[in-house]
Amino acid sequence: MAEYMAQGKKPEVLFWVGCAGSFDDRAKKITKAFVKLLNKANIDFAVLGTEESCTGDPAKRAGNEFLFQMQAMTNIEVLNGYEIKKIVTACPHCFNTIKNEYPGLGGNYEIMHHTQFLKSLMEEGRLKVEGGKFKGKRITFHDPCYLGRANGEYEAPRELLKKLEVELVEMKRCKSRGLCCGAGGAQMFKEPEPGNKDINVERTEEALETAPKIIAAACPFCNTMMTDGVKAKHAEDDVQVLDIAEMIANAEDL
Amino acid sequence: MQYIPNILFIIALVAGIGYFAMNIRKIIRNIKLGQEVDASDNTAQRWSNVVRIALGQSKMVVRPIPGLLHVIVYVGFIIINIEVLEIIIDGIFGTHRVLFSILPAGLYNFLIASFEILAFLVLVGVILFWTRRNIQKLKRFWANEMKGWPKNDGNFILYFEMVLMVLFLTMNAADQSLQSLGAAHYVQAGSFPISQFIAPLFNGLSEGTLIAIERGAWWLHILGILVFLNYLYFSKHLHIILAFPNVYFGKVVPKGKFKNLDSVTNEVKMMMDPNVDPFAAPAEGATEAPAKFGASDAMDLSRIQLLNAYTCTECGRCTDECPANITGKKLSPRKIMMDTRDRLEEIGKNINKNGEFKPDGKQLLDDYITREELWACTTCNACVEACPVSIDPLSIIMDMRQYLVMEQSAAPTELNVAMTNIENNGAPWPYNQMDRLNWKDEN
Repeated sequence: MAEYMAQGKKPEVLFWVGCAGSFDDRAKKITKAFVKLLNKANIDFAVLGTEESCTGDPAKRAGNEFLFQMQAMTNIEVLNGYEIKKIVTACPHCFNTIKNEYPGLGGNYEIMHHTQFLKSLMEEGRLKVEGGKFKGKRITFHDPCYLGRANGEYEAPRELLKKLEVELVEMKRCKSRGLCCGAGGAQMFKEPEPGNKDINVERTEEALETAPKIIAAACPFCNTMMTDGVKAKHAEDDVQVLDIAEMIANAEDL
Repeated sequence: MQYIPNILFIIALVAGIGYFAMNIRKIIRNIKLGQEVDASDNTAQRWSNVVRIALGQSKMVVRPIPGLLHVIVYVGFIIINIEVLEIIIDGIFGTHRVLFSILPAGLYNFLIASFEILAFLVLVGVILFWTRRNIQKLKRFWANEMKGWPKNDGNFILYFEMVLMVLFLTMNAADQSLQSLGAAHYVQAGSFPISQFIAPLFNGLSEGTLIAIERGAWWLHILGILVFLNYLYFSKHLHIILAFPNVYFGKVVPKGKFKNLDSVTNEVKMMMDPNVDPFAAPAEGATEAPAKFGASDAMDLSRIQLLNAYTCTECGRCTDECPANITGKKLSPRKIMMDTRDRLEEIGKNINKNGEFKPDGKQLLDDYITREELWACTTCNACVEACPVSIDPLSIIMDMRQYLVMEQSAAPTELNVAMTNIENNGAPWPYNQMDRLNWKDEN
């Protein structure tokens, strides 16, 4: 982004990568797949790179409002400094925080989740996708809480899967009643409280009941949790966990 | 002498409504112990929620079987109240079926017939509800927090409703028999599609016995309603009234939006402003920082959260959808609401006794809600989505976490590590912020 600024240019959209997308080896693949799609659609985009910092979501949900607002205000200063208007992110947690909690602190942006953004690109005809290798494959979609229930977006990811011409089978608990993967509310960064099962295993079992070839996800944390769940059920040879952006990129062999 | 029944009736009515009003005032006082909150926004959305969610029961029918049964009982309850109106007028003035003399006969007969059908449907609905609780033993009615009083309370309410409906139908059956005997005072009025099947049981009874049955059922029915009305305050059943205001005050912003603490915003703005004089004395009349961050006791919560607690009818749909609860963790969103109400009631009783709240060495945190419960939440909003009357247990969990972290620095160790990482390297993991763009050049 700094380079853009130096050249006096403004990107069409800022890609907010998020901590998982930047550091987690699995999530980095999602980042790269999404970038391939952006490039294919000739989107003029920028990233903050080393100037990006945690949105503060896990801090807020852990109860540390102070740390959250420190993070938020710092990020807002950076974003406003670059006069950012439009942001896209592949993480529903970043999406939710920037969309809902930044405006009250002076950060007003048009923010889209990457599934919404990809859907709009397809509607505008800037990105075309055909079923490719996923055509007719049995796939189930796991709703991220912070995209679905938290922000009411259930259709964008499903529309994309439809474009891939997959056979979409819904789990028993889906959309507004979808079961959490277990990572939200800062649970990602701690061991679960004592219980008789891990939430991600419960959710993965439910996903496996639909006998899918692929569990589609739209959140890097859900992705981790479901991948771990699939491993725990020793199903990793038969079932893949993929982000929708990865699926679209793979369908095209990008 | 002939006015004795009227007088007794008026006494019962005034006492019944008066005691109820007194308890409602207590509830309002207790709710006002909470923090003030501005809910003057989104008026149109709020009213539309009341129409859709409260009046229209839109969230009840997400689960079709209990939803449908509940709609029947709810519609029956509301419509049969027209009959209660007639009973009250009759009771005060010593009339009998007064609406018959006011309304066209056809309409009156139609009304009585529909009350009868509804009463029968309510009876069936309530019996099925009882079966679900006691025979089918649905898991959500047998959870840990449902032992003892909450379990009995649920059943008492169902028994009340069964008895009231049976009394109503008995009253009509006896009335019918008296009408056919041509008894004085009993005008030919009403149409009785259900109680006509009970009336034959009374064949051969004398007029006197029938009058005793009719009057007995009439009195027990109206007294039963007054007792039930007063039972509400002591039970989980307040939702029949509070559901409406509660839905009005429910969350109208996206579920993922958690409130930002203004007091913290001011602090952070000060910290980031290079022109702030670090040694400045607070300005005269400046609003003081709040006494504490987050909530450790009931009065730290907002009035809406406390209204939520009184509204909860312990149906357990929240707990049934809670990922933590499903996987055996201690957290149950329903218990969060029940604990909040229990603690608030305890505070209320303390005030009744002492005139003002005397510290009792207890609080909502630890004495009612444990830290283990609070830390099990994934903030997934399933409980908020599931609640048929727009209760938000998640907001209480968040406020209590805030107290734990910001007042007590009592976050679980791993979360402290994650938070330190965020503070130092801008990510919950121990990676260097300078490595954020490394993915660009990796394969």
